[in-house]
Amino acid sequence: MRDQAPYTQDHPRLYRRRVSTWWWLKRWSSLAFILRELSSIFVAWFVVFLLMLILAVSRGSLAYQEFLRWAANPYVLLLNVVGLLFVVFHAVTWFNLAPQAMVVHLKGKRVPGTLIAIANYAGWVVVSVAVVWMFQRV
Amino acid sequence: MADRITLQLARYRPEEELEPRFQEYEVPCHPEWVILDGLNYVKDQLDGTLSYRWSCRMGICGSCGMTVNGEPKLTCETFLADYAPGPVRVEPLDNFPVVRDLVVEFTDFMRKLTAVKPWIIREDERPLTEGEYRQTPEQMAQYKQFSMCINCMLCYAACPVYGLDPEFIGPAAIALAQRYNLDSRDEGAVERLELLSGHDGIWGCTFVGQCTKVCPKHVDPAGSIQRYKLEAALEAVKRFIVPWGKR
Repeated sequence: MRDQAPYTQDHPRLYRRRVSTWWWLKRWSSLAFILRELSSIFVAWFVVFLLMLILAVSRGSLAYQEFLRWAANPYVLLLNVVGLLFVVFHAVTWFNLAPQAMVVHLKGKRVPGTLIAIANYAGWVVVSVAVVWMFQRV
Repeated sequence: MADRITLQLARYRPEEELEPRFQEYEVPCHPEWVILDGLNYVKDQLDGTLSYRWSCRMGICGSCGMTVNGEPKLTCETFLADYAPGPVRVEPLDNFPVVRDLVVEFTDFMRKLTAVKPWIIREDERPLTEGEYRQTPEQMAQYKQFSMCINCMLCYAACPVYGLDPEFIGPAAIALAQRYNLDSRDEGAVERLELLSGHDGIWGCTFVGQCTKVCPKHVDPAGSIQRYKLEAALEAVKRFIVPWGKR
């Protein structure tokens, strides 16, 4: 809130503690939260990577081959492996949190959280299988 | 189990010292004793100058929240024996200025609490002759969990966002706003939306989830904030599509 609480003369010398720079290392939940925030960088990277792939494909076979060669470079490969780990971490922690944000009532009763998490994971599997199936047909 | 345990208590006497330091006291460690019993023992038997807040001793008043070995806890329901052989470090709640020893200043929380208007708001108050506002058990179940909040402020002590940005309205106040928004008798959701979806409201929450973990009453403030984000986003879309609609 904008305006600070007024302090009276009865509290002449309050002691204010500083939040440590390393507060996020104190608890696993804080670290998980920072890692999840960090994972957004890798999500953005995958978007850029996908756009680069589309650009290469649109420029013809030669540009596409050149892109594939570049993508096989160990540094790019390493970046993508780390990126994948972060994106999977993002997805898993997000699905585990979903029951808290999604409250569904069916016939007057609250649907249990585990069911909502399972539904999220099931959706993930279905989409993944559909993508693999699409690529196998090409 | 040891029959005595050491308490390391944070002491801050503003007229004597510039910053807090720890003082150790040895207290009996009975299996039925909670941290608060240990503090009362210190106050009564060892050192009458110790300051701390407490009242009901049974997890209802929300006065005795302190940091026990780094975690925000109600000291009236945290057993000494669980920390045996000790020592147990007791500090004031994090994220609040310290008045003295284990006592924190929480005017900021009280202001935020009233700012979200945690009471039933009606557009038109019905005359008494029409009787009470009735509610089904299903309607009550919508908000009951959030009504269990005892304002103990453990969630504020656990929230890193509040620690870093004291202007954030914070977990308990938002959960209590939701308690009334979800109440079938209330019509104040639009009035609360301005503050709650504003700069210092729900969007400051990054869903660390620690507030829900430390809540002694299982209120789940983190869940309430995420649900409110969803509602506020839907409301914004609705206003964009139908700008002349009912607010």
